[in-house]
Amino acid sequence: MRTPGFVVIFWRDMLRFVRFRTLLLSSLVQPALWMAFFGIAMSANFNLLTAEIPVPSGLNEVNYLTFMSAGVIAMTTLFTSLYGGITLLFDKNWGLLREVFASPLRRTDIIIGIGLSVVVKSVLQALIILGFGILLGVQYFPGYSPSEVAVAVAGIILFVTVFALGFVFLSSAISITMESPEGLQGVITLLTMPIFFASNALYPIEAFPDVLMVISAYNPLTFLVNGLRYFAIGDSFFALGKMYSYGAVEVVTSLTGLVVFTVLMFSIALWRFRRAVVT
Amino acid sequence: MPDTIISVNGLIHRYGDTEAVRNISFEIADGEIFSFLGPNGAGKSTVINVLTTLLPVQQGHASIAGFDVMVDPGEVRRRIGIVFQEVTLDRDMTVSETLAFHGMLYDMPRDLMKSRIQELIGIVELSGKRDTLTKHLSGGMKRRLEIARGLMTRPRVLFLDEPTIGLDPQTRMRIWDYIHQINREGTTIFLTTHYMDEADQLSDRIGIIDHGQIVTSGKPIDLKNALGQDLIYLETTDNSSAIRIASTQEAIISGEQKKNGVVFIVSEDGTRILPRIIDLLRENGIGVLTINMKKPSMDDVFVHHTGREIRDAGPEKGFSPKSRPGRR
Ligand SMILES: Nc1ncnc2c1ncn2[C@@H]1O[C@H](COP(=O)(O)OP(=O)(O)OP(=O)(O)O)[C@@H](O)[C@H]1O
Ligand SMILES: [Mg+2]
Repeated sequence: MRTPGFVVIFWRDMLRFVRFRTLLLSSLVQPALWMAFFGIAMSANFNLLTAEIPVPSGLNEVNYLTFMSAGVIAMTTLFTSLYGGITLLFDKNWGLLREVFASPLRRTDIIIGIGLSVVVKSVLQALIILGFGILLGVQYFPGYSPSEVAVAVAGIILFVTVFALGFVFLSSAISITMESPEGLQGVITLLTMPIFFASNALYPIEAFPDVLMVISAYNPLTFLVNGLRYFAIGDSFFALGKMYSYGAVEVVTSLTGLVVFTVLMFSIALWRFRRAVVT
Repeated sequence: MPDTIISVNGLIHRYGDTEAVRNISFEIADGEIFSFLGPNGAGKSTVINVLTTLLPVQQGHASIAGFDVMVDPGEVRRRIGIVFQEVTLDRDMTVSETLAFHGMLYDMPRDLMKSRIQELIGIVELSGKRDTLTKHLSGGMKRRLEIARGLMTRPRVLFLDEPTIGLDPQTRMRIWDYIHQINREGTTIFLTTHYMDEADQLSDRIGIIDHGQIVTSGKPIDLKNALGQDLIYLETTDNSSAIRIASTQEAIISGEQKKNGVVFIVSEDGTRILPRIIDLLRENGIGVLTINMKKPSMDDVFVHHTGREIRDAGPEKGFSPKSRPGRR
């Protein structure tokens, strides 16, 4: 039995993930904490503000916690995947990457191996948020049959996977290019802000100025949130005094957008890795 | 006549304006132990990094086992093992995980990998440390583990960049034993070092490298013999005149002024020439204060070819009384 190249890299990254107990725990507890504190605090506010707005008949009204829990999954996935490539910078600076670069392993295997590891972490976190959300009273999967729930969970995992791959590829490309961890930290923070706030993760985007609205319409995070809400809450619902409806077209468009983004990021990563010199 | 396994031709490597490797050419025969001996910054690691495909070939040619390093890096990588100058172990992996990871990188079959790990851990005497994290190993153990890692795939060529740097004498000698053992089993060894004794004891052939160039190369014994029979060190009342006067003797190949004395390289048995030189100097009114004499060492070969000491040692240190008693 032989091992495909990317599995070797994946194995090592998971080994570290499991070995650092604190890292493991914090990455699993952190999203739950977001839900618990930010979610509950904000939802108390929003529910108060929007309580007076009449709900059109026949529409499923969801509370703010339900609305934003998709945002919390999206945000957690964004952070996990954007920071997922940083390990490469440390490996490079500590000389650990030399062993790999001098071996017959293909560069694509490194990119995919790290990607896979981040996907596993992200999916795990998403499932924890879903589970914890249900404990907190989030109204996921309203009136779904068990098989519909299974499809919905599969859909969520699909969206999280494609999105996480896109951003971990981006993160890997930056990490292999840069020299200093501090610089990398800065670049990633700089990226996170607009991606996170110019999206529909925590609030509706309709009230945005035009420019911001265009940006957020093409924001991969918006694509992800669209998919998550469609699968977790349903194709139409009422939240924050506004009606949301996601048709099959929106979901397919969002998924296509994510796939295009991810393929693009993979090409960039490959280009950076082919050029990388590690001594 | 064994085949050539490494062949380097006109290799040049620059880092920006620094020319680290300046037109180096050499060949290594299959099964040989070849050393690059040179001071810090000579360009040793740069050559290794180019040969192991970590740095691109900027100018010149290099091939290993018949594969051009630039054209077929994948084929080259499959045939080599490397022990880097700096420690490159993952601190948070255990000894056996480190070796397994390496084996998997080279796509080794599982069974072979398991037996190889078992065997190598025994050879480098880490059996009790199988499941110890590498951060809990001592410096010498880390080095031994890295050597074991370099051997996991039974490479045709093993590159060792300063394999015993910073290790105690016992550990160094044990590592030399491993290197000999590996070599006997058919692996060609290319090592770099700035330890004279290491190059001297280990190598079939040495290339002395300085400022990015090979200044001389050959078998250790030939390099030393080329320096003459003996080295004589004298401290006199007038060192510069002593050189002028003694150099009239035919057996004296060269005389060189050092900090406090002079060093003569002689082509005959020094014990016979020395009394003549002392008499000659005395006749010319020059008093001899100290005498020391010894066979040329690698240090002397190095100084002779590069014009400087590899370490910050005065000439007196090279002439320790142990080498041959001659003080009076
Ligand atoms: N990455 C780099 N960037 C710029 N200059 C470098 C780099 N690596 C090495 N050099 C320079 O190239 C020259 C040769 O360095 P190299 O590391 O090959 O020497 P070395 O013989 O291995 O020395 P040492 O015994 O200290 O390891 C030195 O002048 C060094 O400063
Ligand atoms: Mg070096």
